Amino acid sequence: MSGGRQPLPAWVDIGLIPIVNVLLAFVVVGLIVLSIGVNPFTAVRIMIGGSVGYPEAIGYTLYYTTNFIFTGLAVAVAFHAGLFNIGGEGQAYIGGLGVGLVLLALDAVLPPLLLVPLAVLAAAAFGAAWAAVPAYLQAWRGSHIVITTIMFNFIAAAVMVYLMVNVLIAPGSMSPESREFAAPGHLPFAHELLAGIGITMGQSPLNLTIVLAAICCALVWLFLWHTPWGYALRTMGHNPNAAIYAGIDIRRMTLLAMGLSGALAGFVGVNEIMGVHHRLLLNFTAGYGFAGIAVALMGRNHPIGIVLASLLFGILQQGGAELAFDIPAITREMVVVIQGLIILFCGALANVTKPALEALFQWLHTRSDNAPAADAAEA
Amino acid sequence: MRQVQCAGQPRRVGRRYIAVALALPLAALVGSTTRAADIMPAVVYSIGEKFDGSFNEAAFRGAERFKTETKINYRDFVVSNETQFEQAHRRFAQGGNDPIVGVGFLQTSAVTTVAKQFPKVRFTVIDTVVDLPNVRSVLFKEHEGSFLVGVAAALVSKTGKVGFVGGMDIPLIRKFVCGYEQGVRWAKPGATVIQNMTGNTPAAWTDPGRGAELAKGQFERGVDVVYAAAGTTGLGVLQAAKDAGKLSIGVDSNQNHLHPGSVLTSMVKRVDLAVYDTFTAARAGTWQPGVNVLGLKEGGVDWALDKNNATLITPEIKAKVEQAKADIISGKIKVHDYMSNNACPQ
Repeated sequence: MSGGRQPLPAWVDIGLIPIVNVLLAFVVVGLIVLSIGVNPFTAVRIMIGGSVGYPEAIGYTLYYTTNFIFTGLAVAVAFHAGLFNIGGEGQAYIGGLGVGLVLLALDAVLPPLLLVPLAVLAAAAFGAAWAAVPAYLQAWRGSHIVITTIMFNFIAAAVMVYLMVNVLIAPGSMSPESREFAAPGHLPFAHELLAGIGITMGQSPLNLTIVLAAICCALVWLFLWHTPWGYALRTMGHNPNAAIYAGIDIRRMTLLAMGLSGALAGFVGVNEIMGVHHRLLLNFTAGYGFAGIAVALMGRNHPIGIVLASLLFGILQQGGAELAFDIPAITREMVVVIQGLIILFCGALANVTKPALEALFQWLHTRSDNAPAADAAEA
Repeated sequence: MRQVQCAGQPRRVGRRYIAVALALPLAALVGSTTRAADIMPAVVYSIGEKFDGSFNEAAFRGAERFKTETKINYRDFVVSNETQFEQAHRRFAQGGNDPIVGVGFLQTSAVTTVAKQFPKVRFTVIDTVVDLPNVRSVLFKEHEGSFLVGVAAALVSKTGKVGFVGGMDIPLIRKFVCGYEQGVRWAKPGATVIQNMTGNTPAAWTDPGRGAELAKGQFERGVDVVYAAAGTTGLGVLQAAKDAGKLSIGVDSNQNHLHPGSVLTSMVKRVDLAVYDTFTAARAGTWQPGVNVLGLKEGGVDWALDKNNATLITPEIKAKVEQAKADIISGKIKVHDYMSNNACPQ
């Protein structure tokens, strides 16, 4: 007989448990929403309908998703190397600065086909450079990367404010924003692209950057699991001592992992600055860097998981805004509570339902094991 | 609470409940068509809390006043990040709301984009200029109001040192401190102004603890009156002044009542008036686009004198401040606007 604990079937672990957790989260959220006197079914209808119900809403959801994919991948790459990169926010900020500087300097001279790749490269280079400093301090000086990356978020914010208020501000502008980029420096919006092939879609900030996000997912997967560097990086993450013993230069690997991580985070700047705002401004990162940590954890640091988690976060972000918009009784703070609960159930409490399901499947397993045995005895 | 249509529903989940829920939007639709002649105004607040005791709350009060007087409901929205400004304006415009007020300079680009898309919808922006045929831009001469409270601060100060705590370090706040300095020097030529900005991220608007620390630091350097132009952070400055037995000056809304006897006066910026005027003008059909600059003359900025600070303002101070006010209105005193050339005369 099967005495030992059976591992759960893969479809239960990957498929059923998250669904059960999401449902549990919605039950708790529903009770809270009910307690402030709002029909939970109306709330869910608005939240889901407002995030995936019509083309424009889908556009907004996918636009948020794009940002979450970048920061989620950034955290995941560092995490596989055993590094906790809390600095996605600052790296995204400086990545956006790179995009902005390239576009402000060259948007009148270069054609889009040269300008756009250059701006994307600048985002990667600036983000990577911003992450490389904490990486260097960790690898050669032993300063803890969690502390330094957090501090670098503040430095990035201060640098940006200084530049925007004193240097890059458009003359005569009230708010600290640069001038608008010329047309070659705009990435096409999804609704513009779709209009080109005869599909009409409402205006949304979704733009070509989502393709870059998809490419990044594939490249990260390829890099981590199908290249020697990815292997070395993961080895270091599992056991730095073993990595050293295997002849891996963990200082250089730290630099590489953080550089890639920073470059990925920097692509948020491509989406926001070149894709949506078309000008440099303050606070376009809006917390995506920090949310990336939750995205990566929920997505189990795998590109596919990160895409799914990013979709959930995108739905929550867009659906939450619609909720606050349509039901005044549900305030912005209430929306944060709802989002937090769903993330809590899906991410942090993912293992709460696992023992119960394990017991259930153990029982089912024993029963199906016993049944043929009983049949045999009868025969 | 406003617009809580769902509050009275039975708290029982059943088939009837769902039917009620489905019927609600329908009922709302029918309700709105019967009053189609009325305007459907909307407000998009600036970053931060709606009840910040200052800037956003002033806008809220203006909208509430309109609602009480006309029984016309309005919609409002507090964004959680800056990218939502555009989304909020577009959603309001699509939903048939008109006029739509954007509070704060952070909404410049959002309103520019959305106003171009909806040329028939009337927009009003506060604290910034959007040059479009369907946008009214309301600016305030904060430097004039700050000049007046600077006069009051200089006259009441025994040490000859007065303080200023700003929120985020941006041109708009430097405009406040610049007007304040001019007022201080006009009233008492030898007086010094010690100024601190709370920070250079928007978190600087919402950090009362840091505001209090900055105020305490200034008190240790001999300051005995401090002017806070820092949103919610200013509440910490006012509290610190109260605790240390010093005087403070509030901003945007009349904050005299927060600590009676400790808040010397407030630099009142009538954001509420701007919102209220937009709503009433739109309703009457007299709404006009263009730039409105509201200074002392137009009643857009002022200093606050009420029963809470009556004991602090001696007749001499009152006379001097009123004299300055009259001189500014008549043009005898020209208060330099920091933002006209991004510099303050020393």
